[in-house]
Amino acid sequence: MIARKIPLIPTLFLLPSLLFLSIFIYFPLVQNLYNSFFEFSVFSPTKEFVGFASFQQLIQDKVIMAAFINNVKYAVISVLFQVFFALILATILEDKVFRRIAPALRVIYFMPVMISISVIALLFTFVYNPQMGLLNSFLELIGLENLAVPWLGNATTAIYAVIAMSQWQSIGFITMLFIVAIQKIPKELYEAADIDGAGKIRKFFNITVPQVKETMFVNVLITVTGSILVFNEPFILTGGGPGFSSTTLSVLMYEQGFGKDNMGYASAIATLIFVLSAIFALIQIRVSGTGKDD
Amino acid sequence: MVKTDIKEEFLERDRTASKPRAKAKLNLTAGLSKYTVLLGLLLFAFLILYPLFWMVVSSFKSYDEIYNNVWGLPSVWHFENYATAWSMGISSYFFNSVVVTLATIALVVLIGSMAAFTLSRYRSKWIDAALIFIIGGIMMNPQVALIPLFEILTWLDLINTRWALILTYVAFRLPLTIILIRAFFLSIPKELEESAIIDGCSEFGIYARIYLPLSIPIVLTTVVLTAFFAWNEFLFATVFIDSEVLKTIPSGLMNFKDALRTDWGVLLSGMVIASIPMVILLVLLQKFLVRGLSEGSVKG
Repeated sequence: MIARKIPLIPTLFLLPSLLFLSIFIYFPLVQNLYNSFFEFSVFSPTKEFVGFASFQQLIQDKVIMAAFINNVKYAVISVLFQVFFALILATILEDKVFRRIAPALRVIYFMPVMISISVIALLFTFVYNPQMGLLNSFLELIGLENLAVPWLGNATTAIYAVIAMSQWQSIGFITMLFIVAIQKIPKELYEAADIDGAGKIRKFFNITVPQVKETMFVNVLITVTGSILVFNEPFILTGGGPGFSSTTLSVLMYEQGFGKDNMGYASAIATLIFVLSAIFALIQIRVSGTGKDD
Repeated sequence: MVKTDIKEEFLERDRTASKPRAKAKLNLTAGLSKYTVLLGLLLFAFLILYPLFWMVVSSFKSYDEIYNNVWGLPSVWHFENYATAWSMGISSYFFNSVVVTLATIALVVLIGSMAAFTLSRYRSKWIDAALIFIIGGIMMNPQVALIPLFEILTWLDLINTRWALILTYVAFRLPLTIILIRAFFLSIPKELEESAIIDGCSEFGIYARIYLPLSIPIVLTTVVLTAFFAWNEFLFATVFIDSEVLKTIPSGLMNFKDALRTDWGVLLSGMVIASIPMVILLVLLQKFLVRGLSEGSVKG
């Protein structure tokens, strides 16, 4: 690092970024908090000050609670599948026994990550379709047609159907992150364990897990933050329905704001979302040491 | 091509990894469990691959056949589904997505690398503050900014223009881009720029002639990540663009679906067309993506 007075050009270099972040990131953040204390509609010229009324409404709103519980379900299931299952999957793929087939499998598992969520969600409306859907047709094929239900039209199954699609799409992404982490583990550790006669399961728990601990923690945070924010999947697949059975905080925020034109209440929901996600994001920045000079 | 690329990259690592070691005796149970696991892996691969395969195959079918013959191949291959999808609106969504994605990439790389240049070469309490300001930006998410951005863009008279998407996409991609490029810039040896200064190179010259050309790998990483984001972004694209002629693919597909009702073959063709550019990009720039995903998540 050069400690001297910063000349003009480098200062100018920094300016566009600072402007972009100020106008489109930090100002909206403050503005959203401000909006939470007002009541207004999209094109209303004035905003009516209502104090903490929206937040009081927020606490009592049963739909908010239902949405929050769906976000929690999203988070718990995603952590189980995308973090624990993905770690096991990555370990198996890195095992030398599967050396020949692993590269092809990696590409296959990663494929849905490349495809837009709107395409994936539209595709899954075909998978879950009650008449011709792939899932029900398959159940019929193997003689389990009594298990077939209208997955997205049923209030008990809708949220799980949405969550299942997310697992299908994202597991390859987290697996890839684990593969990168596992490849960084010094091979000597495994060789020493081989000499000691350790089995695969012992090597997994005594070497792999401790060595990828940090990646694991970061992956948990990524999935939890993603689950708090989740919007596209429920919005496209079910619109939050039937009723409010598969809604999430972000979907409610959108519906309140752009559906019912309660911009003030929508802003209060957005503030809640921000607080929840910021807690996890802060932990992540702290743990991963972003911005430190390596 | 994806396969061979990845194969080579990973096989290389595997080769270096597999030094001769004491070979455990392979008994019958170990062999059996190996095949059980292999079967599981293949089943899982099938589970991932089949819906995508079904999407491509069914895009050549008529509605009747999609409905009544879910599993089979099309009896007549309706290639015209693609032409219909293209002329019924996908072409315009496609064009808008290309414009928005390219503009976002260009601005993110230019503005982001300029900021990273200053942040990596100078240190003062102002620079530190700017760095924290920029890194803090990754905590922000589109959902929270949605309503205020709608107000700002309306006020700037940019709502329902491509700029509404380009400017907001750039802002949301800048923090990660700057973190990635700055980390790379920090690794560039100082001797290079010192000799350049002696040769009379200006600050701008150091940036444009030394730092940028050396950083092509990390720039490509940010290009892939940004392209992926801009091409697939759904929330802003839905809220900020109302006009049918300006919609990008993710929000346009929703309109497309409503307009088509039961013309599923055409809808599926549109979905396949929407997916092709990213698949091509990722086939070409595979290794830059993997690098970006791991660094981007662990470090940001």
